[in-house]
Amino acid sequence: MRNTEYNARTLARKRIKSVVLYVLLIFVAIVMLYPMVWLFGASFKNNAEIHSSIWFMPKSFSLQPYIDGWKTGSQYTMGHYFVNTFKIVIPRVIFTVISVTLTAYGFARFEFPFKKQLFALLIGTLLLPNIILRIPSYLMWNWFHLLDTYAPLTLPALFATDALFVFMLIQFFRGIPKELDEAARIDGCGRFMTLIRILVPVIKPAITSIALFSFMWTMNDFMGPLIFISSVEKYPITIALRMSMDATGAGYDENRIIAMSIVSLIPSIVVFMCAQSQFIDGITTGSVKG
Amino acid sequence: MSQATVAKPVLGTQPGKKSGKRRSRLGESPYHGLLYITPWLIGFLVFTLYPIVASFYLSFTKYDLVSAPKFIGLDNYVRMFKDPVFRKALTVTFQYVIWEVPLKLAFSLFVAMILNMKLRGINFFRTAYYIPSILGSNVAIAVLWKFIFQTNGLVNQVLNLLGMPSVGWFGEQFPALITIVLLRVWEFGSTMVIFLAALKSLPQDVYEAASVDGCTKFRQFFRITIPLLSPTIFFNFVMQLIHAFQEFNAPYLITKGGPQKGTYLLPILIYENTFKYYKMGYAAAMSWILFIIIMIFTAFAFKGSKYWVFYSDDGKGAGEKDA
Repeated sequence: MRNTEYNARTLARKRIKSVVLYVLLIFVAIVMLYPMVWLFGASFKNNAEIHSSIWFMPKSFSLQPYIDGWKTGSQYTMGHYFVNTFKIVIPRVIFTVISVTLTAYGFARFEFPFKKQLFALLIGTLLLPNIILRIPSYLMWNWFHLLDTYAPLTLPALFATDALFVFMLIQFFRGIPKELDEAARIDGCGRFMTLIRILVPVIKPAITSIALFSFMWTMNDFMGPLIFISSVEKYPITIALRMSMDATGAGYDENRIIAMSIVSLIPSIVVFMCAQSQFIDGITTGSVKG
Repeated sequence: MSQATVAKPVLGTQPGKKSGKRRSRLGESPYHGLLYITPWLIGFLVFTLYPIVASFYLSFTKYDLVSAPKFIGLDNYVRMFKDPVFRKALTVTFQYVIWEVPLKLAFSLFVAMILNMKLRGINFFRTAYYIPSILGSNVAIAVLWKFIFQTNGLVNQVLNLLGMPSVGWFGEQFPALITIVLLRVWEFGSTMVIFLAALKSLPQDVYEAASVDGCTKFRQFFRITIPLLSPTIFFNFVMQLIHAFQEFNAPYLITKGGPQKGTYLLPILIYENTFKYYKMGYAAAMSWILFIIIMIFTAFAFKGSKYWVFYSDDGKGAGEKDA
């Protein structure tokens, strides 16, 4: 008797607890997502309504902001700036994946002189504030006469400059038994072929994560194009958006700017939605040691 | 150049190595691995080491891109500390870091704790919370922030709804800085995910033992969770510190450093000196000061970590301290 009463009480307590937790979770979710939902709704509103309503649903629904936004107010459409963005993003992702895989393979599976010291340098660059590199990098690309091209934004990726990715992949390699590559080598598979035929299929999830992160970071990159790209014709979407933002005075076609921002976010959001788990789990593979 | 010097020994030493040590039983040179890391090594020399050395040298010069750099010794550094704009930027930067880093860590740990509980639909919330982080410094997010914090924007309308007066977020220095802090705290997802993974790997038996001994949830948090989680807290803390000191996009895009330079963080000052006034030497000196500040903070964090970070595998487990 007492036992059942006790059970009922703990059950009730548990239920209250989970209700409280859900309320908390939903509250945080609203804080996290509502601003974006509101922004999406605002992109269909007229300018007066943007300033007067916290409800996201537009009273007057219009696609005009998108039509105007696509034209951007400069001599190019958003389509042009999107193409520019992809001219940076696609090479960068490909270069990153190749160079990072080779470097991580080297560190994870080979012994060579000064390996410890070189690995320490790699970890050191993880902690290095990039701000220190900015001015000389700019001057260097200036000497090469490659300012205002996409070279400064894409070429460094050929050299595994994202130490975080290398580190993530090394951790991943370490989780694969060495017997696997040894078996392949005894069967006459060379070191490079072992990587391509045996290991790459195994580390595919990690490579996908790296490609996705690299995609996202390059899509969002603002500082890089701000420094290196100076002609409007070559602007990626981020810089084009800022240009329109600065050109717009207060109270003047704000819904157009909002519509442009929404459009500029579409590729990132679509990619995230298609591969959420790679993003969320991928971030932890490198950083948390078991 | 360096590619050739690395590649050469591979060919040279290969035949002789056949009868060598165990590791090279498959006829492998010890330089083979170097071949794979060559891209990174070149990248390190060209895009990391050289720029560090070059910016160090530049910081002792006067250089405007037109005439050759002129060596002026410590002048840049001396001038900097007499410059009220630099001092203001330094103060604002510290203010920003002091607010942003602890708030973000506390909030992401708090949310990770809730998400670690076994509730239905928890993955949905995990994904939802992560979305703002993935968009990061995207300019569109800056547009969003500008709109929701403006005088009759979303935030003030909510405040009015709750019976509170509107705040002129971008009109005064401190509120403007807080909007930037809030943006970065709002993007707590990646820190939270790292905490969550660490929480999931905590040994459950310690908690069971503590419950049996009558330890309250509150005490469990401070006596078990925090010590066991300390390596992760430390990792996130150092990473956030380094990021926060270099914050550029948000204040540059949202507040443009204003009002009255209230959000004029050091990276903006460095950027403007470099690309607006072409004072390359002066800007390099300022980035070195910022670099040194970050290094000092990181070093202190590492030093201090001895007293509060517990690695359960080296015998000094959290359980021991608890007992």
